[in-house]
Amino acid sequence: MVNYIVRRLLQLIPVLFGITFLTFMLIHFIPGDPVTVILGEHASPERAAELREQLGLNDPLYKQYLKFLNNLLHGDLGRSIITHEKVLKELATFFPATVELTLAAMFIATVVGIAAGVVAAVKQYSWFDNLSMLGALTGVSMPIFWLGLMLIYLFAQVLGWLPPSARLSIEYSVPTVTNLYLIDTLLAGNWAAFKDALAHLILPALALGTIPMSIIARMTRSSMLEVLRQDYIRTARAKGLGEAMVILKHALKNAFLPVLTVIGLQFGYLLGGAVMTETVFSWPGVGRYIYQAIMARDFPVVQGSITIIALIFVLINLIVDILYTVIDPRIRYQ
Amino acid sequence: MMQPLLEVRNLKKYFPVVKGFGPFKEIRWLKAVDDVSFTLHKGETLGLVGESGCGKSTTGRAILRLIEPTSGEVIFQGENIIALSQKEMRKKRREMQIIFQDPFASLDPRMTVKEIIAEPLRVFKTRENIKKRVEELIEKVGLSRSHLDRYPHEFSGGQRQRIGIARALALNPKLIVCDEPVSALDVSVQAQVINLLEDLQKEYGLTYIFIAHDLSVVKHISQRVAVMYLGKIVELGPVEQIFNNAKHPYTKALLSAIPVPEPGAKKEKIILEGDVPSPINPPAGCSFHPRCSGKKPICIEVMPDLVEVEKGHVVRCHLYSGEVKRGI
Repeated sequence: MVNYIVRRLLQLIPVLFGITFLTFMLIHFIPGDPVTVILGEHASPERAAELREQLGLNDPLYKQYLKFLNNLLHGDLGRSIITHEKVLKELATFFPATVELTLAAMFIATVVGIAAGVVAAVKQYSWFDNLSMLGALTGVSMPIFWLGLMLIYLFAQVLGWLPPSARLSIEYSVPTVTNLYLIDTLLAGNWAAFKDALAHLILPALALGTIPMSIIARMTRSSMLEVLRQDYIRTARAKGLGEAMVILKHALKNAFLPVLTVIGLQFGYLLGGAVMTETVFSWPGVGRYIYQAIMARDFPVVQGSITIIALIFVLINLIVDILYTVIDPRIRYQ
Repeated sequence: MMQPLLEVRNLKKYFPVVKGFGPFKEIRWLKAVDDVSFTLHKGETLGLVGESGCGKSTTGRAILRLIEPTSGEVIFQGENIIALSQKEMRKKRREMQIIFQDPFASLDPRMTVKEIIAEPLRVFKTRENIKKRVEELIEKVGLSRSHLDRYPHEFSGGQRQRIGIARALALNPKLIVCDEPVSALDVSVQAQVINLLEDLQKEYGLTYIFIAHDLSVVKHISQRVAVMYLGKIVELGPVEQIFNNAKHPYTKALLSAIPVPEPGAKKEKIILEGDVPSPINPPAGCSFHPRCSGKKPICIEVMPDLVEVEKGHVVRCHLYSGEVKRGI
């Protein structure tokens, strides 16, 4: 097992190398450079050339890339061209917001998705099955920014039940501990602020959770249908187990493996910053941070953030693979 | 005469086959089990044979209500279990168990052997010491205590089937439906499992319904044999009668297909023509008539009833029904 983990961690190196190379190339192929963003369009060519030289943008690409790699190996992701802050430090301030949003979205997605999938499978072809699978299909197909806008329109604009954007109303402020507002407000014992933070979280989490929820529901259903046909389910019934026990203890446990895979993938995917959702809801997370950096051609920020996110994504997949062995005794890694 | 342990009366299981949708919807019925009746006494083994798809397994499962029968009665120890509620039925399950054909599929891959065998004991909250009982059971089926903490995938087919048997025995059932328990095993292992089943039967006075398509296995283990064709019993009788004095043309054809372990032995084989007809649209009259060598005009029109040709030996065939008795 330890061998396996070490081997997987070593495999990370070429993966990350490939990712940094690809992002580096892609970002430099986009027309425009940060100089125009910093100086504005009417800056004198001399001033622009000077700044370009200063930022090292005149070096050949391979030189810039090697410089980036060299810094990366020393644990340095560089500084933002725009704010002059360290990329790692800025990421650390935006990341908790994304983590909070992702956890909330995945919570909704997992609970609702698995429950709907199980019921749909047990009552196959019932109206619930048809309706929930239609809903799931709609959920996967829906453009997330559109869904976000509709949610804002309905719940914030028309009904006025929930706030449309940001993480907390301005009248509240809580001491930062974890930077997860739900936890920080509780730690501060500020009940009103906690409710406010929760209210701000609901809409974006709902928008962000819709796609994973639909995927999880569909995966749970098909996996459950397969398992429910197995002989050991019949064995469980023959043993005299109640139907609820048969479904939860025997069927769901066995059907969970592919669902776990999906959950892991979606989790990693969302942690990478839900660019659309964070932009629509003005959520100060990593997604919006990267989006703004791309718009400003803030090369070090884009490069550094994507490297870190890729690392997290690959690590989550590794954790999921290790979780397999906990769930399924037949899986053993050498 | 003693009350039979199990009496199956007019058991039917029809599966709906839906074609088209909306106003074009057409429901037809697949008659998997069609009017099956038999009785079974304590300590007896009834062999249930027939080709694939003839309804043997469905019959076995419907008797245990693992599939809800369409109609009919299953009287177990004087009580019609078809009429029981789900909850009452669950209580009955400790008295009637099943061993499945595929030992690779019938054990939950995520449970250790110990958990698999102990689960029924936990469900029924038996007072006895569960650990002791599980150890006793695993040794009873010829495995050792050291196997208890392993998972099913670590065992061979024969060993798994032993685990399946231990699990079925856990609650001291009276009736066990053996649904092709050895068909998935190597021949050498088959004999071991059959012997184990026989030993257990003697020791605990178990009653078996032994479903199989291998006639030599059935001949070895059963006292009585029922032959099924397209959801119906076509012949039922004591094992010697069936094997030495078969009446129904279908039974004769089945028997002639048993290989003889003697090189050069001449044996007349009856090769049946055609395939088993679809159970959705069974032929009119006797369902076997399209493949029967001795068919008469009446066979095409009238489904024969079961008639007793010798004591305890019934057959569903016009050749024996005495044309006059049941003329058109």
